[in-house]
Amino acid sequence: MDRPGFEYLEDGVTSDVTFRAFGRDLDELFTVAGDATTAAMVRSLDSAEPKTSRRADVSADALDLLLVSFLDEIVFWKDAERLLLRPSGVRVERVDAGYLASAELRGEEIDPRRHQVEADVKGVTLHGLSVERTGEGWSAQVTLDV
Amino acid sequence: MSAPEGVRRIAEAVWELPPTFRAGMRVPIRVFATEDLLRAMDDAVFVQAANVATLPGIVGASCVMPDAHWGYGFPIGGVAAMDVREGVISPGGIGFDINCGMRLVSTSLTLEEVQPRLRELVDALYARVPAGVGSRGFIDLSASEFAEVMRDGAQWCARRGTATAEDLAHTEEGGRFPSADPAAVSERAFDRGHRQIGTLGSGNHYLEIQVARPEHVVDRALAARLGITRPNQITVMFHCGSRGFGHQVATDYLKVFLSVMTAKYGIAILDRELACAPFRSPEGQRYYAAMHCAANVSFANRQVILHRVREVFEAVFRRPHEQLGLRTIYDVSHNTAKVETHLVDGVERKLLVHRKGATRALGPGMAGVPRDYADIGQPVIIGGSMESGSYLLTGVPTGAATFFSTAHGSGRTMSRHKAKKSFRGRDVQEKMERRGIYVRTVSYSGLAEEAGAAYKDIDAVVRATERAGLSRPVVRLTPIGNVKG
Repeated sequence: MDRPGFEYLEDGVTSDVTFRAFGRDLDELFTVAGDATTAAMVRSLDSAEPKTSRRADVSADALDLLLVSFLDEIVFWKDAERLLLRPSGVRVERVDAGYLASAELRGEEIDPRRHQVEADVKGVTLHGLSVERTGEGWSAQVTLDV
Repeated sequence: MSAPEGVRRIAEAVWELPPTFRAGMRVPIRVFATEDLLRAMDDAVFVQAANVATLPGIVGASCVMPDAHWGYGFPIGGVAAMDVREGVISPGGIGFDINCGMRLVSTSLTLEEVQPRLRELVDALYARVPAGVGSRGFIDLSASEFAEVMRDGAQWCARRGTATAEDLAHTEEGGRFPSADPAAVSERAFDRGHRQIGTLGSGNHYLEIQVARPEHVVDRALAARLGITRPNQITVMFHCGSRGFGHQVATDYLKVFLSVMTAKYGIAILDRELACAPFRSPEGQRYYAAMHCAANVSFANRQVILHRVREVFEAVFRRPHEQLGLRTIYDVSHNTAKVETHLVDGVERKLLVHRKGATRALGPGMAGVPRDYADIGQPVIIGGSMESGSYLLTGVPTGAATFFSTAHGSGRTMSRHKAKKSFRGRDVQEKMERRGIYVRTVSYSGLAEEAGAAYKDIDAVVRATERAGLSRPVVRLTPIGNVKG
């Protein structure tokens, strides 16, 4: 994959959902990976309209663990307030102690009449986790426990 | 697929890979399976079981159940017992869905009585038992009330009048793991999960109406002891766990363990999903206390669901549930770790037994078996795919080799994404209806993921547990109605 976007892998962990995401920079990679996580939970990403928002500010000492913490935020709000959220305005920064990611997560509460829900993501695993620089940008592989 | 190189058959359905199989293994791998099931396992199962075999303090063997498949950290269907003084505790040996488990409930109804009202019954269950992504429970609890649930599990339900003494007696550990401490749980876990008590969840979680056909009763005497006495008797089975609360406990502690494992305790592991800490360390003990809170929330969740199921049966059949014979046969977890006493080389040892996608299966006369079942062994529930059926079994005296553990399901053979591409949810639903199974689902793509063809043959898995001396089948239960999250 060399264009911004994500794909789910058929040969991932049998009982879970594995996706590969690509972005031209880290900000875009995190945005795309956030969308891949939400898209595992709802058939149409566009059906989650930006009616409300939550801040995400996470830190970690490695980029891949930063991505996990970032995606954990999306999973958390799905249960805590029944929100389907998509990242917007993502900023990934290198700081002395590691990395920071901040974003606005925009979306709305699940409405079974409008949202065709799919898998309930339980957690973002570290299985086969990677965040790597590629020729054209950055790619990541993530397995979600569903 | 083929069996891994170097595997040696040590009994009819037990295979061993020696510690030389991969670097760093402290104990061998033992695979409990028929040759066909062994050959069909993903190679990753053996790699993951080998990684487990490297964990400090592991005792005996890294055990693989017949339904094992590729997971993260441990294989699903992995059992590992750690010495409580020298060993580690690993969230990867339990899974995100702490105390995901099965409950089986008998009824005094028969197929002939239920068939005419099956649609009404399943529709009512679908309407009254919340399922799917973002579903909310029907109990709103304050922080202090939720702390009581964390501490007391299904016993909290008894105080609220939603559990009978028999329900508790027929639940693993009486529905309450003893080491729970709400102080070890983050506010975030409470925020994430406290409104989800009484919800099924999604994925492979379901609530099923089943029939015990006479030709599927394997052991009539045992079946009668477990409450299956009438031809075509109806049972209710459900599969769910600790929901977002337990998932957050696992998420929180995975990070804690990653930060201290090497830096503070000098433990090197082969897979970050096996992040761990010494069981006796402050971090290990806090996780154990938090994980037991999640286990208790899960027991309460299944008990509250049973209460709802009883209400639905009462409304549909217009009789009190006591008259409908809705009694808990057993409730058992398949994602936990617990301190247990086991004989190892003739010596009693306290071990922390991790069971990930594996069911405790105590033999007759063992401590921990409900008094009603003392002479027959602990009931075991192995859930098959929604299309194929499930089994009620009992533990057997020969289960010591797996620390009295057995399989938990039929085990996936096809990834969810591939299943979704291979089957259409509505086709699966129609096919199931033609076979007499009425299904209501929140998600049709989720239904496609759970198609029977995505799983191993449940009969083969159950036969393997018997041949390996882990559990003994009592009755096969065929689905006729299903609510899927």
